[in-house]
Amino acid sequence: MKQEFTISLFTEDHIGILGQITIILTRRQINIDSLTASESAVKGVFLLTIVVKTTSEMIQKVARQLEKLVDVLKVFVHTSDQIIYQEIALFKVTTKGLMSGNIIDQIVRTHHTRILEVSPEYIVLEKTGHKKEITELLTQLEPFGVLQFARSGRVAITKQVKELTSYLKDMDEANRVKTETLEVMN
Amino acid sequence: MKTEKETEIAIAQINGHEHISGAEALLKCLIEEGVDTIFGYPGGAIMPVYDKLMDFEDKLKHYLTRHEQGAAHAAQAYAMVTGKPGICFATSGPGATNLVTGIANAYLDSIPVVFITAQVVSNLIGTDAFQETDIIGVSMPVTKWNCPVKKAEDIPDTIAKAFYIAKSGRPGPVLIDITKDAQLEKFDFKYRKCEYIRSYNPNIPLHTKAIESAAILINHAERPLILAGHGILLAKAENELKAFAEKAGIPVACTLLGLSGFPSDHRLFTGMLGMHGNYGPNLLTNEADVIIAVGMRFDDRVTGNLKKYAKKASIIHIEIDEAEINKNVPVDVEINNDAKEVLNHLMPLINENSNEKWIREFRICDKEEYDKVIKPETKPEKGELRMGEVVRKVSDLTDGEAIVVTDVGQNQMYAARYYKFNHPNSLVTSGGMGTMGFGLPAGIGAKIGRPDKQVIAFIGDGGFQMTLQELGTILHYNIGLKIIILNNTYLGMVRQWQEMFNDKRYASTELVNPDFGMLANAFGIPSRKVAKREELEESLKEMLDSKGPYLLNIIVEKQGNVFPMVEPGSSVSEIRLTY
Repeated sequence: MKQEFTISLFTEDHIGILGQITIILTRRQINIDSLTASESAVKGVFLLTIVVKTTSEMIQKVARQLEKLVDVLKVFVHTSDQIIYQEIALFKVTTKGLMSGNIIDQIVRTHHTRILEVSPEYIVLEKTGHKKEITELLTQLEPFGVLQFARSGRVAITKQVKELTSYLKDMDEANRVKTETLEVMN
Repeated sequence: MKTEKETEIAIAQINGHEHISGAEALLKCLIEEGVDTIFGYPGGAIMPVYDKLMDFEDKLKHYLTRHEQGAAHAAQAYAMVTGKPGICFATSGPGATNLVTGIANAYLDSIPVVFITAQVVSNLIGTDAFQETDIIGVSMPVTKWNCPVKKAEDIPDTIAKAFYIAKSGRPGPVLIDITKDAQLEKFDFKYRKCEYIRSYNPNIPLHTKAIESAAILINHAERPLILAGHGILLAKAENELKAFAEKAGIPVACTLLGLSGFPSDHRLFTGMLGMHGNYGPNLLTNEADVIIAVGMRFDDRVTGNLKKYAKKASIIHIEIDEAEINKNVPVDVEINNDAKEVLNHLMPLINENSNEKWIREFRICDKEEYDKVIKPETKPEKGELRMGEVVRKVSDLTDGEAIVVTDVGQNQMYAARYYKFNHPNSLVTSGGMGTMGFGLPAGIGAKIGRPDKQVIAFIGDGGFQMTLQELGTILHYNIGLKIIILNNTYLGMVRQWQEMFNDKRYASTELVNPDFGMLANAFGIPSRKVAKREELEESLKEMLDSKGPYLLNIIVEKQGNVFPMVEPGSSVSEIRLTY
């Protein structure tokens, strides 16, 4: 049975790494529902958050294939209940429409949105939340004239995980031990 | 007063660096890595490298093939017989794309080959410049790693990484794409071999618990079977495998690429696995109670129908590539490590055993296969020549001492089935990709890698015509390759399938062939055509005794079929001896 998985992938900054990752998914005909990429807390290490729907059997195989990529440091796969996740969305709505109904106050309060900019022509609202919540707000705003809508991919924090930095330390440590052993042997 | 350039050189020398061009640096990197042989083809973008190559002729021997695909296959075969990474050069655009089949072939068969392609000058990248192609993008799915280089100073570290990645862990091809300006640019060169990449650790810690569990399973097994793959040869674990099998008295079956990893004449050898493998190991895979799969990946050609594969067995999978474990076949004990390392650790934990009764079952199968398939194939008394008898005759005449190279199709299956391999890495064949046209250029690479050995290429008349331009390479360098065309004027394997599964509708499989002898002669290669059984042995001897290259065009039965066969969709235990 297919279910949603969030893949957190830490990679080195290597040209084409995103291509290598998508090739692994495309080859197995797995669509990317959402993808976010940015530098992680460790300088030079990138974090990619990819949301896919597939079977648990397939995700395990895919994770091993991803981990096998030379420039991938570490791959974590989580189901939605193992992570805290958010998306962010921006809405550009006509000022006229939004003001006419006098509902702006209600929308901001119930959806916990922020107003980023107000001009005579439009108002920009920001909403963070799960995909469903964002879609709900979009539906509610549509009658008032949504000029533009953009939403990000998912970002996620795991509820329980060994930190990447400690993995990196382990990796460097393993190498140090290996090099020292070699030196002793020589 | 020194010129600016002289000052630069002086400073570089003081710092222990050489001030040289990217092209020269590339060649020096290769020499540092122990390279002495390169296969390739020049072109506009890679001219600076070729120009420098003339200054290194004493250290680097370059073989100009007649097509880039030929260079790629030759480099792979060279790597397979020498154990050193193969090196292959090509220019940008078509030069690079012509490599792709060869790269993919090396990738599927885990062979370390370092491909160096040239790229147009960096300010033209992305402009659809003449002979510009995105070879990094194109080769991404078929390389272990690839990397573009736009600055000369990046060449040494990138090459060092490329060699480290290609050779370590599960080996594989890598590709470095260097722009023409980076080849020309001068910089301060210094080389350091790569020993560590943070994101890539091929030295896996040994999982002793798993090894102990494996030993318990093996010690309690009554019908154990070893499936030995290419990983045995790649890990150089032939002796360990032999010692392990002998101590525990476990029969050994090899995959196609695992052949020659275990001696064919050993009492525990049961033959080849898979679609056209031997009867015993296929049939009895489904009777085994413990399967020890070493350095193999349960390819579909080996397993047949997965739903009916080895259901009675607990499976121990010893494999260096973690992604291969549980990929096709769910396993009971996974040991993710190098075959040699694991077998060494397993050895003291296993009990001595002989499994005589179980081994007898294989011998019963062998007898049946011999009577129904092998004898009629290798010792026919009348009718046309058969591929099997040709291969077996070559095997006898060379005493199993030759390196056998094959193309793909029936010729490949006959060579794999009927040659008796005695030495590791004595079979060079295209396994995963099944690339027709592999045989001739691979034969060239193998002979260059092992000039001391008799190298014999079995090639079908179809596959031969896919890369026959490489006869030019043989002529050019007088490469003493012995070519045997098993000529049935058909694309035999496809024809066999058409006969069996497509109501004998032979769509586009019958060939109209040129005179192969005249063709060989045009390239200065002596040749002979053989169609009669009485001439076979004598003509083979003539070929084997000849000093240089030789082409033997053997006319064999037109519509011969390779058996046994596990039909597609069937279980390995449904293997058929006849049709």
